[in-house]
Amino acid sequence: MKTGETAVISGFTDERLSVKLLEMGFLPGTAVRFNFTAPFGDPVCVSVSGYDLSLRLDEASTIVILN
Amino acid sequence: MSGSTKLKIALAGKPNSGKSSLFNQLTGLNQKIGNFPGITVDKRTGSCQLNDHTQAEIIDLPGIYSLYPRTLDEKIVAEILADKKGLFYPDFVVLVADATNLKNCMLLLTQLIDLRLPTVLALNMVDLAAQSGQSIDIQELSSSLDLPVVMINARTGQGIDELKEILSGSIKPSKNRIFKISEEIKPLVLTIKNKFSLTTDYEAYQFLQQTDNLVFLNQEDRDYIFAQAKAEKFFPHKYQGAETVMRYGFIQDLLNRVILKTSDPEWKKFSYRIDRVLTHKIWGYLIFFSVLFLIFQSIFAWAQIPMDFIDTSFARLSNSLTELFPEGPLFELITQGIVPGIGGILIFIPQIAILFACISVLEESGYMARVVFLMDKIMRKFGLSGKSVVPLISGMACAIPAIMATRTIENWKDRLITIFVTPFMSCSARLPVFTILVALIIPDNKLFGFFNYQGLVLMSLYLLGFFAAIISAFALKFIIKTRERSYLIMEMPTYRKPKWANVGYTIIEKTKSFVFEAGKVILAISVVLWVLASYGPADQMSRAEQTVLEQSSNLRLTEHELQSRVAAYKLEHSYAGIIGKALEPAIRPLGYDWKIGIALVTSFAAREVFVSTVATIYSLGSTDDEQTIKGRLKSEINPDTGGPRYTPAVGLSLLVFYTLAMQCMSTLAVVKRETKGWKWPLIQLAYMTTVAYLAAFIIFQSLS
Repeated sequence: MKTGETAVISGFTDERLSVKLLEMGFLPGTAVRFNFTAPFGDPVCVSVSGYDLSLRLDEASTIVILN
Repeated sequence: MSGSTKLKIALAGKPNSGKSSLFNQLTGLNQKIGNFPGITVDKRTGSCQLNDHTQAEIIDLPGIYSLYPRTLDEKIVAEILADKKGLFYPDFVVLVADATNLKNCMLLLTQLIDLRLPTVLALNMVDLAAQSGQSIDIQELSSSLDLPVVMINARTGQGIDELKEILSGSIKPSKNRIFKISEEIKPLVLTIKNKFSLTTDYEAYQFLQQTDNLVFLNQEDRDYIFAQAKAEKFFPHKYQGAETVMRYGFIQDLLNRVILKTSDPEWKKFSYRIDRVLTHKIWGYLIFFSVLFLIFQSIFAWAQIPMDFIDTSFARLSNSLTELFPEGPLFELITQGIVPGIGGILIFIPQIAILFACISVLEESGYMARVVFLMDKIMRKFGLSGKSVVPLISGMACAIPAIMATRTIENWKDRLITIFVTPFMSCSARLPVFTILVALIIPDNKLFGFFNYQGLVLMSLYLLGFFAAIISAFALKFIIKTRERSYLIMEMPTYRKPKWANVGYTIIEKTKSFVFEAGKVILAISVVLWVLASYGPADQMSRAEQTVLEQSSNLRLTEHELQSRVAAYKLEHSYAGIIGKALEPAIRPLGYDWKIGIALVTSFAAREVFVSTVATIYSLGSTDDEQTIKGRLKSEINPDTGGPRYTPAVGLSLLVFYTLAMQCMSTLAVVKRETKGWKWPLIQLAYMTTVAYLAAFIIFQSLS
């Protein structure tokens, strides 16, 4: 994904982490927008369920998206 | 319920929902900071007069997204809300929700409803929600949830009276049941529910999900639950995800009905524009370091005026009391032990207040989250997490709250490393030591007519501590092994103006806890020290005058010089002198004498005791009480060289030693509590003392 793009969440690859991500509003079927990255490309800032969150790249990469 | 009949009201909600603002609005200055029994999570409680005849105790719970905890801090919430017989089990819960972002606030609310807790939904930040163009059907929201809903603005106090009115009436738990426990585990849940005579299925379900987190369950109960869960093949994680999805399904349904107009996505544009600068790869770091530099300059420059005032006031008080009181050991204890001791505590207040004002503004404005965002990648290289930045920065005020703040770091390894290196960060207790020594050996000149030399040296010391922390963390990254995974999923709040009242409360809270907690130790130690420095083996002390007279009979001294020699002799032969002298061979390579040796030993209790020790030692060594500590140090002569005792080499060696050494038993005690054992604090003590000794040795030997 590039900054500024929006995609739809379809699932997760990490079950343990998915519990936390779900609680924070990363729900399958919801749109997620990739806002911008920190200076070294990691972590990233995304918008989901109406607010902004920061995630590390390896956390963000457990979220499966549909483009 | 416990002995008191006061209403208990708990404030719950996600972080950044304005919970603390509401807490401050409700309780004002009637706040108490303590610990929940058995664990070390901060407990903020306060009393609130709801109406003429109802008083309530308000409990501010740690900010959480859901009952399932991600950190040690969050564990306490599930524990309090699931323990009906517990001391803190609330009569009512106020769920504080961010109206601009309802969806994520509702997850916890649906869990509270399923626990059948009488809950009020307080919609906070209604002004921002209106600004964003959002409009909510409150009536529909309230009737769908079957609980009272109040719109508040915790920053201005709007809606607080209405909230109080609702809380002083009777609130019934909502009749909604949102989470439907799946059929396959229903029998298991019922078994648990009957066994512990619980009123709701969801409570029983929580017993199953969080057996280990609910500390009110005894081992026998836990074993029973584990055995039952195992027999029925119950795996907590599998069901947690399904529960969350089901709850969000309900929430989305509800929000579709009550949100009449969604917020305009444009309203956050301004925040994004600020982010583009503040998280920029050059500007972001430049601004961050400028902010840090500004904080140090302000501590050094602004705090100086009130500090000087406190300094001279107490010197004057001590003097006038000495003249007022008759002679006698008890009066001496007051004028020379207790009064200077209290002065030595109060003198920190300006620095603590300024520093916490700065930290609190950073947090209130939302900038702190950007600091974490900027620093995470770099900090991870050194075995720390972006979340370590906040404890490390707080460590510049005091390692004790900073180490307690590491609880927000979920990962045990990240946490342990942060705890281990935080005491390297120069805390406010080092500042008085720094301030006196820097002012003593560094000229008060300006570089390029702008940068104060003393300020620059002070900043270098902070950087030295910072680098010691970073390098140690890097080494520990390879030493400590763990299987647990670290993660950073953190909200980036919208930028907003800090609320000054909240900044004020933070200052009061921090100052109070310093004066009444650290202050006790400081006062006790300075009194003990005064006794140690005033008394010694009886025969030597009583012969002091005679011995000095004999030694100096042919020197033709004035009465004043003679008195001062007697005093010096007495100190040298006091208990403190004996300990200091025993230490001298070990610290001579660092440039220290036995007087500094005494200060090193006593300041192990807390670094700032160095100052009061030095004050006590030198005030006893001289009869001129008008001089302040700085003046006394300046006039101290090294008998070996005939020059001043505090040369730049000795001063720098001491500065470096105090930057790097542990020298704080309160920190050790907190580390012991947080790591649940003496292993880590002892390793930390040995490590830091060794590093400090070696560094001070190199500095002194290369400069002298």
